[in-house]
Amino acid sequence: MSSTWPTIVVTGMGIVTSLGIGQETNWRRLIAGESGIKPITRFPTAGLRTTIAGTIDYLGSHRHAAHLTEELARIAAEEAIGQSGISEGNFPGPLFLAVPPVEMDWTTRMDVARRVKHPGTASTEEMVEAATGHADEYEPFLFGTIAQNLTERFGAQGSPISLSTACASGATAIQLAAEALQRGEADMALAIGSDGSVTEESLIRFSLLSALSTRNDRPQEAARPFAKGRDGFIMAEGAGALVLETLDHARARGATILGVISGFGERADTFHRTRSNPDGAAIIAAMHASISSAGLTPDDIGYINAHGTSTPENDKMECLGLTAVFGARAGSLPISSNKSMIGHTLSAAGAIEAVISLLTLQNQILPPTINYAESDPAIPLDVVPNVARPVTGLKHVMSNSFGFGGQNVSLLLSREPV
Amino acid sequence: MKRDVWITGIGMLSSLGEGTTDHWNRLTDPAGPRPTLDEQGFAPHPIHPLTAVNFDLQIPKKGDQRQMEPWQRIGTYAAGMALSSAGVTGNAELLGRTHMIVAAGGGERDIAVDTAIANALATGNTEPGPFLNERLGADLRPTLFLAQLSNLLAGSISIVHGVRGSSRTFMGEESSGADAIRTAAARLASGQIDLALVGGSANAARSDMMMLYGAGNQILTGAHKPVWQRGESPGFALGSLGAFLVLEDPDHAKGRGAAGQARLVTATSGMSRRGAGEAAAEAMRQFETFAPYLATGPIGVISGASGAEPATSAEREFLDLLAAKHDIYVRATGSMIGHAVEAQFVANIALAAIASARGGFYPPFDASGIERPASAPITQFLVTGFGQRRGEALALVTGL
Repeated sequence: MSSTWPTIVVTGMGIVTSLGIGQETNWRRLIAGESGIKPITRFPTAGLRTTIAGTIDYLGSHRHAAHLTEELARIAAEEAIGQSGISEGNFPGPLFLAVPPVEMDWTTRMDVARRVKHPGTASTEEMVEAATGHADEYEPFLFGTIAQNLTERFGAQGSPISLSTACASGATAIQLAAEALQRGEADMALAIGSDGSVTEESLIRFSLLSALSTRNDRPQEAARPFAKGRDGFIMAEGAGALVLETLDHARARGATILGVISGFGERADTFHRTRSNPDGAAIIAAMHASISSAGLTPDDIGYINAHGTSTPENDKMECLGLTAVFGARAGSLPISSNKSMIGHTLSAAGAIEAVISLLTLQNQILPPTINYAESDPAIPLDVVPNVARPVTGLKHVMSNSFGFGGQNVSLLLSREPV
Repeated sequence: MKRDVWITGIGMLSSLGEGTTDHWNRLTDPAGPRPTLDEQGFAPHPIHPLTAVNFDLQIPKKGDQRQMEPWQRIGTYAAGMALSSAGVTGNAELLGRTHMIVAAGGGERDIAVDTAIANALATGNTEPGPFLNERLGADLRPTLFLAQLSNLLAGSISIVHGVRGSSRTFMGEESSGADAIRTAAARLASGQIDLALVGGSANAARSDMMMLYGAGNQILTGAHKPVWQRGESPGFALGSLGAFLVLEDPDHAKGRGAAGQARLVTATSGMSRRGAGEAAAEAMRQFETFAPYLATGPIGVISGASGAEPATSAEREFLDLLAAKHDIYVRATGSMIGHAVEAQFVANIALAAIASARGGFYPPFDASGIERPASAPITQFLVTGFGQRRGEALALVTGL
């Protein structure tokens, strides 16, 4: 940061997506332009408008979405903490966890409904009574449970923060962690975004909002951010974890610095629950704030890791925002969307994409936007179409995250301290 | 840099009324404070129902109200009251620098749909998958999904009141409210921000929440009693409530001619593993960090004890440790306003600030002897929050 706030660096990263576990596998498959999207097999999809997703099925089945969300977070955090060189079970700082609000699921509701005296005719009151005292139907659905389990497993300190800013949650977790470190509350913090919530109900709910792609026939070609004919996002699962640390602390303990959280900006939109103000003011202000908080100018930014959901509206608004912030340079500034390959990992997206942004800086290769078959004349951007692109001298990457409820967060990730 | 934190705006809406005056008057009623209860609507579980309120006063557009479920209307209303009491309402420049942290649980579900589908599934005659897909696709209302997302209370506050600085939603039951306060206060004290809006809301009239908390044996069943008298039948009575505070840097407040109502001296939180004595020990550890801020003399304790176990016993253990060293006067607000989970800690800071601003204190809410009449004026208020499952938090409120 440009002011007197301490510089925050990243010393450990972990990532789990539908492409696999770990930085190595994910990076290899991302720069090969592979897709993790496939037909849903977790539940019957008969009668659904969308039947594809980026689910994570290679970890076996989980009784509740909360359990998968926790396991994904744990796997990502193990990789991140391992890389940071901190001894296991002894993490010397707080946890900031972006999670979906996971409620009591239908399996559980059905179990409850079967315990009433005359199944099939129960009143709501009878169901409430039938649930009473079943602790296994309580603990998994408290919003604080996953964070407590992770805090205890990794030995993190203090009261963990579970948070939601919808599809910007992962970025918000990083931002909250960085702010806490800048205030001097700890020397290290663990920021995780995790989402394992592809269920019948969540899919149907997004579907009812017409937010999802219905290109079910060719799952791997369904997510097509910025392209003409994009028709919605693909729900997906995954987790990203980052060990954040003050620069001084990282240097003092001789840690390898993987990158820098050089800036962040946030603005709430006041326009509508699901749509941005057509003037893009909040998106633009968030991007400007992240650049200025890093003490940089728009010309310093070499690449954008887009929010790029593949909905008609989001991609158009992101383009509008970029054009306002980067002016004439917007058309030639490379921008690509990881979601073309791994889908939209919702609460995890901001954290996963921050990890990928740091891998981009490390490897000096821009991951592509795949499925870019036809350009949209309304979006004249260099989206790194279809094929990864080696670059030289890339120093600063912007990672955008936008969410329902007027949430807009823009992170700046850098190779070296500014 | 370590700056003071002022409370410059209070928004309270509950079963007792709306605004600081209603709450002060009800809780200091010369005839003795009494809760407003609904013991029939969700029998055998009593709740503290929301007072009659004209939502138009803070949410003028009917279209906005229609997009919200009750918990969001309650919260958006209380947030509007807080902004108004701080003199921030309608000031685009200030709202652009107002940083919001909302403590939220899950949004409201369509109980009728849930019950009908669960009943059909329970008979076992239908294959769950395709049936679920069909019924959910046909019965769920798209707008309800938005009312259901935890961060859409914050989203609604941005839309209705124009708060744009930042918007974060913390989750995790009681802890989320305490951590929202702690985080906002830390951002202010460190100079990261000058102006914050923090709060939460709850709608007690929700069977889905009763089912969840009931599964954990946390819900009060039977006749309503003060929280300290629920030994044989522990549990909390849910309370409908919205509580929001505007927190502000004192120089920033003075610069715009705004008055402080009270001072939020410090706020801490932690998470013990809840083994024997651990929660009380964690709270004592936090309390020891308050030593530099405490004056000699009595401490008014605005307690978040809910009547549910084991949290209430854990808090009593802490209060006993405290009483051995300090002259404390405990008031468990759960007896009067019920338990509002995420919003309770914020509400209790608001009630502490109201007492502080009026230079008074509340009479006992309970006759069991745990709550004694204060023998001297109270000028420092300790707010406690022991979460039903996890999390221990404290805050100290004084005059300016």
